[in-house]
Amino acid sequence: MLQSLRPAVGSFLLLTLLTGIAYPLLVTGISQTLMPAQANGSLIIQAGKPVGSTLIGQSFSDPKYFWGRPSATGPVANNAGASSGSNLGPTNPALLDAIKARVQTLHDADPSNTLPIPVDLVTTSGSGLDPHISPAAAAYQLPRVARLRHLDAKVLSKLIAEHTQGRQFGILGEPRVNVLALNLALDAAR
Amino acid sequence: MNGLLQIALYLGVLLLLAKPMGSYMTRVYAGELPVWARWMQPVERLFYRLCGVKPQQEMRWTQYAGAMLLFSLLGVLAVYAMQRLQAGLPLNPQGFGAVSADSAFNTALSFVTNTNWQGYVGETTMSYLTQMLTLTVQNFLSAATGMAVLIALIRGFARHTTETIGNFWVDMTRSTLYILLPLSVILALVLVSQGVVQNFAPYQSVPLVENLSYDQPKLDASGNAVKDAAGNPVTEKVEVKTQTLALGPVASQEAIKQLGTNGGGFFNANSAHPFENPTPLSNFLAMLAIFLIPAGLCYTFGKMVGDTRQGWAILVSMTLLFVGFLAVAEYAEQQGNPAFTTLGINQLATASQAGGNMEGKETRFGIVNSALFATITTAASCGAVNAMHDSFTPLGGMVTMAQIQLGEVVFGGVGSGLYGMLVYAVIAVFLAGLMIGRTPEYLGKKIEAFDIKMASLVILIPPFIILGGTALAVMLGVGKSSIFNPGAHGFSEVLYAFSSAVGNNGSAFAGISANTPFYNTALGFAVWAGRFWLMIPVLALAGSLAAKKRIPTSIGSMATHTPLFVWLLVGTVLLVGALTFVPALALGPVIEHLNMIKP
Repeated sequence: MLQSLRPAVGSFLLLTLLTGIAYPLLVTGISQTLMPAQANGSLIIQAGKPVGSTLIGQSFSDPKYFWGRPSATGPVANNAGASSGSNLGPTNPALLDAIKARVQTLHDADPSNTLPIPVDLVTTSGSGLDPHISPAAAAYQLPRVARLRHLDAKVLSKLIAEHTQGRQFGILGEPRVNVLALNLALDAAR
Repeated sequence: MNGLLQIALYLGVLLLLAKPMGSYMTRVYAGELPVWARWMQPVERLFYRLCGVKPQQEMRWTQYAGAMLLFSLLGVLAVYAMQRLQAGLPLNPQGFGAVSADSAFNTALSFVTNTNWQGYVGETTMSYLTQMLTLTVQNFLSAATGMAVLIALIRGFARHTTETIGNFWVDMTRSTLYILLPLSVILALVLVSQGVVQNFAPYQSVPLVENLSYDQPKLDASGNAVKDAAGNPVTEKVEVKTQTLALGPVASQEAIKQLGTNGGGFFNANSAHPFENPTPLSNFLAMLAIFLIPAGLCYTFGKMVGDTRQGWAILVSMTLLFVGFLAVAEYAEQQGNPAFTTLGINQLATASQAGGNMEGKETRFGIVNSALFATITTAASCGAVNAMHDSFTPLGGMVTMAQIQLGEVVFGGVGSGLYGMLVYAVIAVFLAGLMIGRTPEYLGKKIEAFDIKMASLVILIPPFIILGGTALAVMLGVGKSSIFNPGAHGFSEVLYAFSSAVGNNGSAFAGISANTPFYNTALGFAVWAGRFWLMIPVLALAGSLAAKKRIPTSIGSMATHTPLFVWLLVGTVLLVGALTFVPALALGPVIEHLNMIKP
């Protein structure tokens, strides 16, 4: 064991320098030079100031905005300093109560809409920061937002389409709508 | 339809890469690097000179095990010390204090054993320096250690009548320098291009479009809760106008987290966090990275024992098991939760929504990529998650748990998966030998009493600790008080925690509050035993095999590269796993499933 001490300590220190300092610094250096926007959080810049990140959802409860995925982070929803899912099990009564309340809130915001609600609009995301909703969830909210903003449904539909991403390379992942970007565009259009 | 296409694409790319990856690794361990990788050789030689390593000097299995244990012990000490001292060290822009002793103990053991269980919330606990200088480092070193032990076992099969099984320092250094590090640099940069953050800046504050508020208990000057006349706590409204975006050197850790099947995320939400896994492409590459080295090592195994068919047979067995488990997980999650449907919720998969059980899942991954990721991460000993396993349907959750309990031999952790599977292969030929009354042989080596004893230890120790630990925890108040979900699901949380710890997986039914002295200590012990109590018998097996004579194949030898052997191996894995864990699974996910579907 003792004859192993020098190789052990030496390898540990050298590999720590290599993988713990040189490697992250190299990746940071290249990233900050070639891809600073991505490496720093894909911020949305308006008038020279960051107003959010395209990758991190914000919370909306005003009916004239599109609402995103419910979030289980604390103490407020979409807390990007402490990501978390709800971890509620599928048969936990607390899960069903939470979902019932969300269904009720959606119905209260637009009593005229009696269509079934897309599941992603009433279930919390894994990170609590999901920036996206499904195109179905956007379409479900379209009549409400159009009415409250006095917008033509076709115009709004086009705006949604502009903020919808299809599957990556036509195959990977799921189609999705970026909620923050869409709402910022709605405010800008006013 | 698209879902099947995505899964087929994934498996197709993975299996295509297995051979080139495997032959490259064969050359690395033999010290015969391809020309384009030779520029790193001076670094390797410099390391050996500085550390007094004589690369030609080989070790017996006891020396190999001793070196591995000593090296791991240094890692534990370093990770523990760094967490306790981080408050006074640089690169701590958020000013985090020292991590508590029990949590630091748990994290140190769990990162050194390639478990990477996260009892802590990364973005509110660990400084940037702690993340990169200890956690990222252990992601490399624990993976390299696992690969080294596997290579030693393969040498046991490949060599004959010798005392030695290689040099730990050489195997570990080469794994890091030529395999893990270059792949990590490439993967990290691609991940940044997709939006994974990589910086040392303090957390970024951005204004909210719509302000939020919450109630918090009002505290007096000495920090005690203020109560009104009736004794109820007084709350005050807090207005929130900004969002704080947690940042850090994430991509560099993310890359090795997947490639080394470590799984410990930079952030609490792990690979569900958009800054760790922003796009479907980053997700695809993450999944590929988890299985890349384990799949390649199967080919390396075949190459090193001089018959690549042996490696393919193992790889096919793993793939068959994987596809079976994946089918159950995908089906269960896409079916969704029957209770939702009665609430007027649409869970059908259409062109415009993923449908299914979306609780705890991200929109960009939907059902297909969440269930796929979950099956991959628990088949391997990775434990990264892109969806919350605690919120999976009972059957979907059972798949993740069962794969860990089988010993993570379906691809498995880098190194550890294949040495686990080779132990099962030894058991399988032993069973076959019993059936026909012949001394079992595998790869020209007689499997004798000592070998079967070592293999049995590897098979028996994990269930002993998983089931014993779970039983202990559900009998003790301190074990039960951490449970989050009621009923059978709560039992599943505890069972999952011990399975994940012993399997060195690191994923969780994360509702359980595991950051308590009881769980930090119990699970810390479990990760340690689940790692080293298996590695030592594996190395003993390697030593025993290496010392044996090679016996020529005769007409009576059982071929171990045929479809018959593949089925025998798959059957052995499933049978041993089922006999051990069905009763426990019946108490958790099975009961919960029956409760969920009852009319």
